[in-house]
Amino acid sequence: MTEATTAKREQLKPPTSNVGLIGWLRTNLFSSWYNSILTVVILLFLAWLVPPLFRWAFIDSLWNSSAEACRDIDGACWSVIPNNIRFIILGFFPEGQEWRPLLAMALLLGLVIYSKERSRWKKSLAWLWLINILIMGSLMHGGILGMPVVETSQWSGLPLTFILSFFGMIVAYPMGILLALGRRSQMPAIKTLCVVYIEMIRGVPLISLLFMSSIMFPLFLPEGVTIDKVLRALIAIILFTAAYIAEVVRGGLQAMPRGQYEAADSLGLPYKHTMRLIILPQALKIVIPPSVGILLSVFKDTSLVVIIALYDVLKTTMVTLSNPNWAGYSSESYIFLALLYFIFCFAMSSYSRRLEKELHTGH
Amino acid sequence: MNDPQNHIDSDKTAKPIIEIHEMHKWYGDFHVLSNINLQVQPQEKIVICGPSGSGKSTLIRCINRLEEHQRGQIIVNGTELSNDLKNIEKVRAEVGMVFQHFNLFPHLTIIENLTLGPIWVRKTPKKEAEEMAMMYLEKVQIAEQAKKFPGQLSGGQQQRVAIARSLCMNPQVMLFDEPTSALDPEMIKEVLDVMIGLAEEGMTMLVVTHEMGFAKSVADRVMFMDEGEIVEQNSPDVFFDNPQHERTQLFLSQIL
Ligand SMILES: Nc1ncnc2c1ncn2[C@@H]1O[C@H](COP(=O)(O)OP(=O)(O)O)[C@@H](O)[C@H]1O
Ligand SMILES: [Mg+2]
Repeated sequence: MTEATTAKREQLKPPTSNVGLIGWLRTNLFSSWYNSILTVVILLFLAWLVPPLFRWAFIDSLWNSSAEACRDIDGACWSVIPNNIRFIILGFFPEGQEWRPLLAMALLLGLVIYSKERSRWKKSLAWLWLINILIMGSLMHGGILGMPVVETSQWSGLPLTFILSFFGMIVAYPMGILLALGRRSQMPAIKTLCVVYIEMIRGVPLISLLFMSSIMFPLFLPEGVTIDKVLRALIAIILFTAAYIAEVVRGGLQAMPRGQYEAADSLGLPYKHTMRLIILPQALKIVIPPSVGILLSVFKDTSLVVIIALYDVLKTTMVTLSNPNWAGYSSESYIFLALLYFIFCFAMSSYSRRLEKELHTGH
Repeated sequence: MNDPQNHIDSDKTAKPIIEIHEMHKWYGDFHVLSNINLQVQPQEKIVICGPSGSGKSTLIRCINRLEEHQRGQIIVNGTELSNDLKNIEKVRAEVGMVFQHFNLFPHLTIIENLTLGPIWVRKTPKKEAEEMAMMYLEKVQIAEQAKKFPGQLSGGQQQRVAIARSLCMNPQVMLFDEPTSALDPEMIKEVLDVMIGLAEEGMTMLVVTHEMGFAKSVADRVMFMDEGEIVEQNSPDVFFDNPQHERTQLFLSQIL
């Protein structure tokens, strides 16, 4: 073999060897002098941070003790969680009735997990959801089958967070789609209405909408008529989220090639079928990532309802911390809460990635 | 203005399936089609050619109202095209269209692409629609791909699926807008063969194409358009061997 051909062969190989640990380190951590410096700096930082943190969280910590026992340690007092878990999760739900919100949440999560498989997306699933929602509602509210009535003012903690975010999402999403279609409508009245709505809502923070729905809105109602406070907060969340979903969906609709509309038109397909069967399935698939972003914010933003005196899971945690016994352990409580939020958010975003992959049809 | 009236009327007694009278179309101020008169008899095959931008696509897209005309009349299968949505949908269901870029629905399988129209427009039961779809897929020799997605097929295969999709609606007329010009050369023949087969079965066809071999062997009439007008139309023999107009001669000299 001549020199020339050897040289040519060499060029066919990948430029850097990324075989083995050394190769991996070289390509990923020390590929250039500034990467090397960055790596060293980060390693030093971690060496400074991780050991004490680990010691605090796992070695010097107490997991299930009284508040008194925690006074004598330097580490984390995780005991704050098990000692207050009842109130953090369920808040003011009456004593002895705990099984009701717990069962309702289990049903919700169970059905969410069941609905993950696309093969189960049939009409029967919608009915299953409807029945499930009725059961969950009865469990929470009571008043039938010998369950004492629990007013919504006593709904709090994680069930409240779930209710606000779940119904916020499932109502806001279709509403957002309708708004997006409306904004692209040929009919000027509908179009203007949708544009005004979307831009107005996007121009105000969620907090002010929550204030309006809890304080101003009742002023406009005739005397004697009251709308449930949780419902009012939910409406504010829905109105807010729908506007954002609308803009995301509109982006997806705009990304659709004209040929898709033309192909559907040339089959004689009416507008509603064209949208439902051709355009929306593709457009919504394109906007899965930003939609999930919005849904994640809804889930987290439900914690803003504290400002209108609803006790979601963040607020119940804060209440726990106002107990003098546990007042010093906010880091532990907030870490727990962060973990709780993270689990649900992470589940949502990994599911969305899976869905995206499943819906990819190779074009 | 030249008189673009028909030089041949294949069968004066039959009722034309498409009638266009003094039709004009503008895009904004741009007069894209001017005084179009055209009668198409059932089973007639017309090839439309002409330079790029001469309005060929616009003309056939007016026939199924993908584009709106501003003056004159277009009557398809007895239905005049106007703003009446019901009429438009009726005409579209009777007129199949094949696009340059196939425009298959990428999120649906091949068989779902084919059954969509029959199920939702014709209200055919799903099972029946699927049987019919398989029959047409056999016909375009692509039945084994029924469960795949369009993105997994070659261009030629996709175009044959697109033709089958139109056929599933049992159309009275088929419009083709440069069906082979987005294809790699080796795939052109498989699509043209399907179109030739269709022509032999007596389908009424309007084909915008530069495949002059196809025009010579299949067309009853070849039409030349330039700058929004029908400049000349004739039987293929006369059209190719003895073009009347200077513009036609120039065009033919450039493409043949
Ligand atoms: N939607 C449109 N808006 C404005 N002008 C258009 C539009 N579609 C086509 N045109 C113009 O109309 C003329 C005819 O277009 P077309 O019918 O596509 O020609 P052909 O198919 O013969 O190439 C071209 O000059 C083109 O630029
Ligand atoms: Mg064209």
